[in-house]
Amino acid sequence: MGAYGRPVAGRDGLAVLDADEIRRALTRIAHEILERTHGGDELVLLGIPTRGVPLARRLAARIGEFEGLEVPCGSLDVTMHRDDLRLRPARALGRTDLPRSGVDGKTVVLVDDVLYSGRTVRAALDALTDLGRPRAVQLAVLVDRGHRELPIRADYVGKNLPTSQREVVHVLLAEVDARDTVMISDEGGPS
Amino acid sequence: MKRHLISAADLSRGDALLILDTAEELASLADRPIKKLPTLRGRTVVNLFFEDSTRTRISFEAAAKRLSADVINFSAKGSSVAKGESLKDTALTLEAMGADAVVIRHSASGAAHRLAGWVRGSVVNAGDGTHEHPTQALLDAFTIRRRLRATAGRGSGLDGIRVTIVGDVLHSRVARSNVLLLSILGAEVTLAAPPTLLPLAVDTWPCAVSYDLDTELPKSDVVMMLRVQQERMTAAYFPSVREYSRRYGLDAARMARLPDHAIVMHPGPMNRGVEIAAEVADSARSMIVEQVANGVTTRMAVLCLLLGGTEFPAVAS
Repeated sequence: MGAYGRPVAGRDGLAVLDADEIRRALTRIAHEILERTHGGDELVLLGIPTRGVPLARRLAARIGEFEGLEVPCGSLDVTMHRDDLRLRPARALGRTDLPRSGVDGKTVVLVDDVLYSGRTVRAALDALTDLGRPRAVQLAVLVDRGHRELPIRADYVGKNLPTSQREVVHVLLAEVDARDTVMISDEGGPS
Repeated sequence: MKRHLISAADLSRGDALLILDTAEELASLADRPIKKLPTLRGRTVVNLFFEDSTRTRISFEAAAKRLSADVINFSAKGSSVAKGESLKDTALTLEAMGADAVVIRHSASGAAHRLAGWVRGSVVNAGDGTHEHPTQALLDAFTIRRRLRATAGRGSGLDGIRVTIVGDVLHSRVARSNVLLLSILGAEVTLAAPPTLLPLAVDTWPCAVSYDLDTELPKSDVVMMLRVQQERMTAAYFPSVREYSRRYGLDAARMARLPDHAIVMHPGPMNRGVEIAAEVADSARSMIVEQVANGVTTRMAVLCLLLGGTEFPAVAS
């Protein structure tokens, strides 16, 4: 584990990305998505609740600005497909909203805030299989903090952030939390 | 949430809303190509039915199967119960087979409560005698919210909705569960029934009581008709079926006195021509078929919330 084992001293409560940096990261990801999907052809963005959903909407809006096309955008709740349901207390389901065009034959880009163990993405791939058969599935995340437990990687990353497993990464977004920032804290939450 | 669902009174407002919100999300499953979720894979749900039922048993079975649970159906007919086996021995047999949840319907009030003391899994009361039928109340609340609070969405209760429950309250487990749950959710409940068909301590219930259906109709948002349970009646509670039907039956003329937005509900099975006229049961205001469809989603929500969180918790809550 090495350097990954212990929290880096003195960065409890540190803001790793501010609002402008989040904006620039999303702008770059939007361009990359357009490049990789040959101009956004047959593209569908699906955000994973809670904070993946506003991120997907922002990406769709950017792509709309750059190329003048309307990208179908929705949300994909993975709660019922998680592998830790028995270990955690029951919780409310998020919303699954597919664009009317569906996902069959499309290039689906899953959007989430933080990529960590990869288990959420695994659940999302299962959930997606039950909804249709996309031509390809890609993954966009704002922060990749390492410590993967499954063979999963992101296609588009806002920021690679080496962390200790004892640290917590908080993504705050204006739509949900009234401000845009990415913070890192030692166990427990931002002070 | 508690581990068992025995009574609607076990639920806090928060619990009840969590179930309704979960059911709301699960309802969208019906429009998907694969109407199944892997949530309860490898779990066993036993349907233990000592009393006849079509709707409830099929509904629980469909709910468990859509969550990928294994379902064992047990009905008293053709089982060792016919040879005189007690509820406790039946329960211990199920326990030995490792049931994660037991859905029980029994003719004795309190059977579900007794069972909860004997098995480690979750117990869901699917009707015990004349006591309670909490999942029916949940699906009724869900149906009312979808119809009358469609725009309010998640987290909203039934505050200010006026519900009139009509008929055989005395023998009705549906009425008791509904009064408890609907009042927890903020609805104003009125029971309209002949004095002989009201339980003794009805004045302690969180609802109003009226003997006159016709004065209640114009101020009702929801009218819930109860079945006249002839099989449980051991005395003469009203002079004749015809007289009952004339004073407390819902026919087209009475339906016309309801406000335009009001809906008509019935937990089933119906006695057409007794408590509800056929033209009312088949009208556009009747939610009866919708109630059955909502039953599956609501029961899915109950099963996944009871079973989803924990695996045999050490302490019973």
